Amino acid sequence: MTRFIELLINGLSLGSVYALIALGFVVIFRATEVVNFAHASLLLLGGYVTAVLHADLGFVGALAVGVLAAAAVGALIELVLLRRAKAPRQVVAIATIGIDIVLMAELSRRLGTQVLSLGDPWREKVVTIGGITVAQTRIAALVVAAILIGLFLLAFKYTSWGVSMRAVAEDSETSALMGIRLGRISMSAWAVAGALAAVAAVFITAFPTPGLDRTSSIAALKAFPAAILGGLDSVTGALVGGLLIGVTEALVGGYQNDLTFLGRGLGDVAPYVVMIAILLVRPSGLFGTREVSRV
Amino acid sequence: MSKLRYLPLLLLLLPPFYLDLFWLQAGLFVMAAAIGAIGLNLLTGSTGQLSMGHSFFLAVGAYGYVYFAGESDEHLVGLGLPPVVAIVCAVVLAGLAGLAFSPIAGRLSGVYLGIASLALIFIGQHVLFNVHDVTGGYNGRAVPPLEIFGFTFDNSGDVAPFGIPFGGLEKLWFVGLILLGVSALFALGVLRSRPGRAMNLIRDQQTAAGVIGIPVARTRAAVFTLSSMYAGLGGVLLALTFQRAVPDYFGMLLALDYLAMIVIGGLGSVTGAIVGATFVTLLPQLLTRYSDSLPLVSPPGTGGVSPADAARYLYGAAVVGIVLFLPAGLRGLRIPSLTPRKETTP
Repeated sequence: MTRFIELLINGLSLGSVYALIALGFVVIFRATEVVNFAHASLLLLGGYVTAVLHADLGFVGALAVGVLAAAAVGALIELVLLRRAKAPRQVVAIATIGIDIVLMAELSRRLGTQVLSLGDPWREKVVTIGGITVAQTRIAALVVAAILIGLFLLAFKYTSWGVSMRAVAEDSETSALMGIRLGRISMSAWAVAGALAAVAAVFITAFPTPGLDRTSSIAALKAFPAAILGGLDSVTGALVGGLLIGVTEALVGGYQNDLTFLGRGLGDVAPYVVMIAILLVRPSGLFGTREVSRV
Repeated sequence: MSKLRYLPLLLLLLPPFYLDLFWLQAGLFVMAAAIGAIGLNLLTGSTGQLSMGHSFFLAVGAYGYVYFAGESDEHLVGLGLPPVVAIVCAVVLAGLAGLAFSPIAGRLSGVYLGIASLALIFIGQHVLFNVHDVTGGYNGRAVPPLEIFGFTFDNSGDVAPFGIPFGGLEKLWFVGLILLGVSALFALGVLRSRPGRAMNLIRDQQTAAGVIGIPVARTRAAVFTLSSMYAGLGGVLLALTFQRAVPDYFGMLLALDYLAMIVIGGLGSVTGAIVGATFVTLLPQLLTRYSDSLPLVSPPGTGGVSPADAARYLYGAAVVGIVLFLPAGLRGLRIPSLTPRKETTP
């Protein structure tokens, strides 16, 4: 039972990190209707900048620079690619794959075979409460993710930025006519998404994961099923999807010794299986808007 | 005139007589990639359904062939069928795998399918690494050579037309050409007839397609199946050229390469798929071959920008540039003397 609770807490913490990533992904999709396939490499970029600078600037300083860098690159993608491309949104989504290929090639070349630490202050310390042992990083992840998501939701609901964002998602043409500057909205969406991904990089690579290496982006990719099983255009969906994927991964990974008949390394595959299962029943995700067209 | 412009294609018969093994192998990779890319372009370019799972079906084709044609020994299992039968079985197997995904492929549209098909890659890799008996696990498995009516496509035998000794790659070249030719003609046929028009309408106006009686979900599922059969055939040719199939190769990067191919060449066109496959496949090979004489590129393992990385920068940038400036892809760059005036756009 203790083991189950430990796994559940780890899963929730991992899930909250996936939710952070998926949130950025959904924000981009709502503001620009483009699926950002370069999201995982934005995360890797943020993580890499933090890892390289933490010895000089300290963890917080390095993280700040990492967050800024990822946000700036996100905004740059919007400025250079999205604003100029006249192709259908779906083709623009493939173009983000081109960006992903370039960023990923550069980052994995720089990383090589190294495993970098991001220099987080929690290291491998653990907390034990009532016989349940949890790594400090996992608690930090939960707390930080909860604070950031809370802030985001408040901003989304109450600030004029959030209101414009929702208006654009609802009907971009009308909101442009009402004086909302679409370019700014979509650029800020990309910047916010990049920043969230960079924060998530800290917790994707922190203990018990060995550190940042070229496979870190594979972990980040699990935010894709999280976003789509919740519904690509739903913020609630991103949060629920993230938690669901995180808990599934932790539980299946934790009990995989009882599931050896399905092969080794099952924890990494389980999120995708869950995604398929949910999409079979609800093709637009749990909270996504159903496509309805009138003739 | 109209028929004569196909005449230059006959030049493709010449390479085995003149070029060395490096170029023959590169050419065969191009042909294999082109077959796969034609299939992906039917799905993504013509029907508007994004797929990131293409490398999974390539793997099914490659390992399907190895399994059906290979012999069993103490570590590996194989059925030992005649290679030609094995090719057919492998393609059918890839088609069945695509069909099995059709509840998803039929219902989800566009980018949603793109993300959902990511699952195929990860589940596929998981299966490939765990089914040691079939795939040989991490180190992969040797691919049995092709054999048609007792004529083996490897370095054995004493075949020397016009005094030029033919090894495995030389012989395989002609098989590749035939497979690519048949695949391209079949795809052209699909695009120019009723199914092609239905596919394009689903891409452009899904509701209208439904209204005029096109079964949207069924057509999508059918195209997905067809495209996975193409991938299967591409996978078989790839395996025959490599002579070894390694699970790691069929990962996410390969799927991204195929998407890059069709965007670079031109979405929705068979020629585009072939052009894109040539570009994306040849680029790293060329850079590797000439890395000594190129600036900014250093040989692998020396810490600088390796040829494979340089190729990735280039075609990643090419994808972005083409979406921005050349929406019809490289195929849209027309050389007036080579292209016919009247184009029947499917």
